[in-house]
Amino acid sequence: MFLNQFLLLSAALFAIGVYGVLARRNGVLVLMSIELILNAVNINLVAFAAFGNSLAGEVFTLFVIAIAAAEVGVGLAMVLLLYRNARNIDLSRIDLMRG
Amino acid sequence: MSRPFLLAALAEFDRLDGGEVLVAQNIAFAVVAVTMLVSAVRMVTTRNVVHAALYLVIVLAGAAGLFILLGAEFVGVTQVLVYIGAIVVLFLFGIMLTKGSFGDDDGVEGEQRLMAGLVGALVLCVTGGALIDTFGGAELSRAEPSLTADVSDMIFSQYIVPFEAVSVLLLAALIGAVVVARKD
Repeated sequence: MFLNQFLLLSAALFAIGVYGVLARRNGVLVLMSIELILNAVNINLVAFAAFGNSLAGEVFTLFVIAIAAAEVGVGLAMVLLLYRNARNIDLSRIDLMRG
Repeated sequence: MSRPFLLAALAEFDRLDGGEVLVAQNIAFAVVAVTMLVSAVRMVTTRNVVHAALYLVIVLAGAAGLFILLGAEFVGVTQVLVYIGAIVVLFLFGIMLTKGSFGDDDGVEGEQRLMAGLVGALVLCVTGGALIDTFGGAELSRAEPSLTADVSDMIFSQYIVPFEAVSVLLLAALIGAVVVARKD
């Protein structure tokens, strides 16, 4: 197996995640796209760990997974708060702080 | 040629030589990769939010398969436990609690979608070009799967400070989520 096949797959997933973050307006879907991006990073880290015969990449992947869990918890709490206050989670309609 | 790790045990039973195992690994990678890409594209384009969450499950499971293919067993199992087991359930709860606010996400403006697609394509082109340029013929060389005991040794010796920091961060996120979502 080549290293590049994993890296290119992860680059494609990252790009799809970026598209999701920018194009979707549903707050939950934006959070899911961020998870996609984090997963692309994880694949990169594990592939480099296998490439360099080192475990540091795997350890950092575990850290990323833990931090992603924390991020989803706080993010969904914010989306729920948004829903309670504004009665919708359409991010393009949340323009309270627009100049 | 590097000795393949995942199917090495199988090779002794099936009398596959190294090259055939490598072919099997590449076929497995191709299947997983195509599934992941299709699911990811469907996830960011589907109108039904619940379907998007289910497509996310497929992508996460594919990533777990890739981790196991790369010999990172513990990371793969953790991926299944934490992501598919916990985070996706959290997402489904979030979708259900905000249901009716959006219905289906069909009001995406064409211009915004076009610009987002442009940015995504640019990201893919730049990173892909750089990767092909840098790691053109690099082969994966690990001879055997990494042991969970080694991973834990590393976490609890060299990376003990980040580990404790992550523990405190999880506690902070827990309290923060409760405070933010509390009703009053």
